[in-house]
Amino acid sequence: MQLTLEFGGGLELLCESEKIHKVNVDLPNGEDNLNMKDLLSWVRTNLIKERPEMFMKGDTVRPGVLVLVNDCDWELSGQLDTTIEEKDVIVFISTLHGG
Amino acid sequence: MEVTEAKSKKAGGARLCCICNQRRPVLKRPKTLEQICRECFYEVFEEEIHQVIVGNRLFKSGERVAIGASGGKDSTVLAYVLSELNKRHNYGLDLFLLSIDEGITGYRDDSLETVKRNEIQYGLPLKIVSYKDLYGWTMDEIVKMIGLKNNCTFCGVFRRQALDRGAALLKVDKIVTGHNADDIAETVLLNILRGDIARLSRCTAITTGEDGPIPRCKPFKYTYEKEIVMYAYFKKLDYFSTECIYSPNAYRGFAREFIKDLERLRPRAILDIIKSGEDFRIATTTKMPEQGTCERCGYISSQKWCKACVLLEGLNRGLPKMGIGRSRAGDINGSDHKKATKAGSIVKSIESKQCGSLDF
Repeated sequence: MQLTLEFGGGLELLCESEKIHKVNVDLPNGEDNLNMKDLLSWVRTNLIKERPEMFMKGDTVRPGVLVLVNDCDWELSGQLDTTIEEKDVIVFISTLHGG
Repeated sequence: MEVTEAKSKKAGGARLCCICNQRRPVLKRPKTLEQICRECFYEVFEEEIHQVIVGNRLFKSGERVAIGASGGKDSTVLAYVLSELNKRHNYGLDLFLLSIDEGITGYRDDSLETVKRNEIQYGLPLKIVSYKDLYGWTMDEIVKMIGLKNNCTFCGVFRRQALDRGAALLKVDKIVTGHNADDIAETVLLNILRGDIARLSRCTAITTGEDGPIPRCKPFKYTYEKEIVMYAYFKKLDYFSTECIYSPNAYRGFAREFIKDLERLRPRAILDIIKSGEDFRIATTTKMPEQGTCERCGYISSQKWCKACVLLEGLNRGLPKMGIGRSRAGDINGSDHKKATKAGSIVKSIESKQCGSLDF
């Protein structure tokens, strides 16, 4: 599945200072769709190169990290249960840096 | 990023914006839990700040106002929104951007580039004052001398004064800073934990220093950090978000983390903490530190010498630990001075968000 992942607000520093990642994510074994929970674990394994605790806490993003799926707050789409589709754009922004 | 209509099912099915009932919602407001569309979000976000400004009479027509600008999200959004509101509602303000150059290579020099772009984008004149000019030291030089312990104390103490001195150079009537609701809730908690009655009683005030030469105010006192970041994102505002190279752990502030955990469970908690902070009544018998002026530089101080002068004296005499932590030998505000009951003990900065944010 082709996806665009964008990191901002300082989170890009955790993935080699690259803000935009065009990626190809395979469906988890035996499942026919991908949700945000699967995607977060994929991101943590494949994109986050350092200090993963800045990005995640437990199985979700760290409080203070905003998530938008196709420019829409993931709190409106079920957060971890949000279903991800081909060509979706997912943005992660940290609110925790500087003022 | 174009969002096609086909994707709209993710936004909670057929739900529409709670306000206009026409468009697809893009955001859940932490303050009200309303689901609102982008257009209505811009409108309520700006209108609420306008109401805070008007309701608290933050400005008078004709005033010169300096916006403490670090290049970070809060001050960038503040500069943008304030210049919009000033035009829209005819506040009659002369706005300026005021930035502090701490002299941190690879951090502040980059964020100042952001502020310089903001100067052009928003058409606001920019003034930069540097630690080097004011104190004779850059943070790079200070860190070279004292190492990575207590460096944030120097930076914080120097920044507070630098902002006032820059404001004096600009001849402004007021300084505004981008402190948001999350910042203030965090400060309330920290002041309670530290038992710092004096700071607790003033940290929720929307305007401080009215008795001094240049009052400061916080138009974002009730504005959630989430909304500030969302606003900057949707408006594509140009801000800088790199961690200061000298405080890689400043953001770990546990109070911050606690506030963010609370927000996830119950977003109203942030406003509730601010309200609790406001409602504290300090017994009239409580002895507060007396405000005087520094004998050396004339800045406000509850001690003989202000904190910046004590720290600077330590640097210049090669005794950089002077003024750090509890009283120790060589302290200028030593026990011979009557007011100095706990000389040197007020240094430890209470804010966990030490760098990037402009007010201490």
